[in-house]
Amino acid sequence: MSDHHNETFLSKYIFSLDHKMIAKQFLITGMFMGVVGMLMSILFRLQLSNPGESFAVLEWFLGEKWAPGGVLDPNMYLALVTMHGTILIFWVLTAGLTGTFANFLIPLQIGARDMASGFINMLSYWFFFAATVVLLTSLFVETGPAAAGWTIYPPLSALPQAIPGSGLGQDLWLIAMTLFIVSSLLGGLNYIVTILNLRTKGMSMTRLPLVMWALFIVAILGVLSFPVLLSASLLLVFDRTFGTSFYLSDIVIAGEALHHTGGSPILFEHLFWFLGHPEVYIILLPALGIVSEVISVNSRKPIFGYKAMVISLMAIAFLSFIVWGHHMFITGMDPFLGSVFTFTTLLIAIPSAVKVFNYLATLWRGSIRFTPAMLFAIGFVSTFITGGLTGIVLGDSALDINVHDTYFVVGHFHIVMGLSAIYGMFAGVYHWFPKMYGKMMNKKLGYIHFWVTFISAYGVFFPMHFLGLAGLPRRYYSNTAFPMFEGLTNINEIITFFAIVGGIVQVLFIFNFFYSIFYGTKASKNPWGSTTLEWTTPIERIHGNWPGEIPTVKRWAYDYSKPGYDIDFVPQTESLKEGEEEH
Amino acid sequence: MDLNLKNTTYKQLLWIGMASITLFFAGLTSAVIVRSSESGWQDISMPKYFWYSTLVIILGSIFLIISKKTVKSGKNPADYIFLSFVCGVTFAIFQFKGWSSLVEQGKFFVGEGSSPASSFLYVITFAHLIHVIGGLISIFVTYTKSVNLKYSKENYLGIELTSIYWHFLDILWIYLFAFLLYII
Repeated sequence: MSDHHNETFLSKYIFSLDHKMIAKQFLITGMFMGVVGMLMSILFRLQLSNPGESFAVLEWFLGEKWAPGGVLDPNMYLALVTMHGTILIFWVLTAGLTGTFANFLIPLQIGARDMASGFINMLSYWFFFAATVVLLTSLFVETGPAAAGWTIYPPLSALPQAIPGSGLGQDLWLIAMTLFIVSSLLGGLNYIVTILNLRTKGMSMTRLPLVMWALFIVAILGVLSFPVLLSASLLLVFDRTFGTSFYLSDIVIAGEALHHTGGSPILFEHLFWFLGHPEVYIILLPALGIVSEVISVNSRKPIFGYKAMVISLMAIAFLSFIVWGHHMFITGMDPFLGSVFTFTTLLIAIPSAVKVFNYLATLWRGSIRFTPAMLFAIGFVSTFITGGLTGIVLGDSALDINVHDTYFVVGHFHIVMGLSAIYGMFAGVYHWFPKMYGKMMNKKLGYIHFWVTFISAYGVFFPMHFLGLAGLPRRYYSNTAFPMFEGLTNINEIITFFAIVGGIVQVLFIFNFFYSIFYGTKASKNPWGSTTLEWTTPIERIHGNWPGEIPTVKRWAYDYSKPGYDIDFVPQTESLKEGEEEH
Repeated sequence: MDLNLKNTTYKQLLWIGMASITLFFAGLTSAVIVRSSESGWQDISMPKYFWYSTLVIILGSIFLIISKKTVKSGKNPADYIFLSFVCGVTFAIFQFKGWSSLVEQGKFFVGEGSSPASSFLYVITFAHLIHVIGGLISIFVTYTKSVNLKYSKENYLGIELTSIYWHFLDILWIYLFAFLLYII
């Protein structure tokens, strides 16, 4: 029997316990925050390409206080950079990506009525929502939002009097992040126990679609790494509020020596990056999972090397816990320790390369359908390679020292983590939109969206590597005081141009998304010819997913173009023929 | 959800939650290790009250083990659960006494008499106590349910979950105390 029941507006759309509605809540909130974060980047890009010049748009958005005469205030520049990073990393690519697809896909793909605890699931969203409200509130406080960077390194984050953004804005950032961590932990707990316990009959772990494996491992990463950030934040709050000296020592502000002694800002970096590096994979792994599904479905071929893909996911997750030191090569780290972190970091190239080769092998001689989802999935493979290659440079301590804290780093992580994850997210939205809303998104708009995004994104981040190699430091408000950087202004202008183009084309996606919800072509039950369980549910949304019994699984998730069958896909619910091998 | 599945699911939720809490404390204690290897670290002698609190938190665990055996034999375990609650409250009192003793030694959380070692000592023991308060709430709820005969020898999940969590707090405290004795 299904769990479907009569619902009120509040129970259906607001305080919903249905995993599909909660997924949509995460998605819409994530998209909203994505727009806010992207807009911030365009505003500060204007300053970087045209330092000190007046732009009416800056004054329109930020007001006379933060953009007097249309020129961006330096403190607001730092705040925008900080909030852009925070929003994109945590709000969009962590909660927006995992919150959406874990909630939407886990019960549907494993064959469950809902999550193990619908209530915890609902709480997870509302903690996230509260975190969002608090973070956005910080944009409107007199001293401005947090400005110590998304990494909130002390002393800027630990001394309320350091810069304007170190005041109330930083407090609100910490409150928002605490709420966010609670949301992530609640969500993660639920995802793990749901996958372990609520799989339908026949759905063994080795029959799970790869996106399930990815979301399962991400949830484990989250519940093990976010608490460490919480402990780091707790000590930071004590330093800020009560005057302890965990991270602070021997500081003089405006000629006055502060009382803090004995603290160590490096200690914060250790704790922060113990979360911070797994966080990279918390962002990336769901995208890897989504791309596995989309590439296999649209190549009409089984995913190449299923077991190797699962083992690679596990290896990447494990290694992510023992590489954090590569963010700290220039903190005075013992060179031997640096070489250990170099070794562990470079090891990640092995499972990453396995995944890339398996994607390419899946594509090889496939009957490829270039849907917008597929284009974004292939785009992901592209950025995962190009961004991964520069990761080898940064993972090597001897090379990293030369480009540390330059635009080389900005270019690297935006491509390998930012673009890859956002492409994975777009691929997922285009692919599962028919299941989410029962409608199809417009393909032509999807193609325009992909190509303009793809070209402009490389246009933004590829040249940054050259800026970095030329020594241009990141996070600086202006580089006009340094004659050695004068020749780089043109590159910054090009980057800003592409940033604006890339930003504008996202409006097209948002239009396509909302227009299709209301006026899109009605989707069939299984429009992509997929094998997985979610496509066996009815088009109309019901709480409980299947009207009758939950289907039983009888084969793995990747029987595409299997010899002996007339159609090019065999659903997981179909029994094996006599003498047929599973795969 | 059938009873067996519910038992497994809730226990897994708890185990994963405890793994998460462990990482939180691992973060704090590894911070102590990193900091203590640098210059200016001052050792602190541990208050005797922390030894007493170690004893009562273990005693609380023993009462919860007896509670579980009692309910499995079909009897009402309310009295033993109550005794474990008393142990929990006593643990909290001893922690406060321990902090008072630190203050008497001139080891403060913050201010001129403080040092990174003393600040860490307060933060770690305080963070543990916050988790103990969660355990006390859980024991109290289990006690009231037990008084109202909500448990039987077939259905005693609440007692099991509370016991597991309290044993975890117990082991966590022993680890933290040993760590603090050795490092601070």
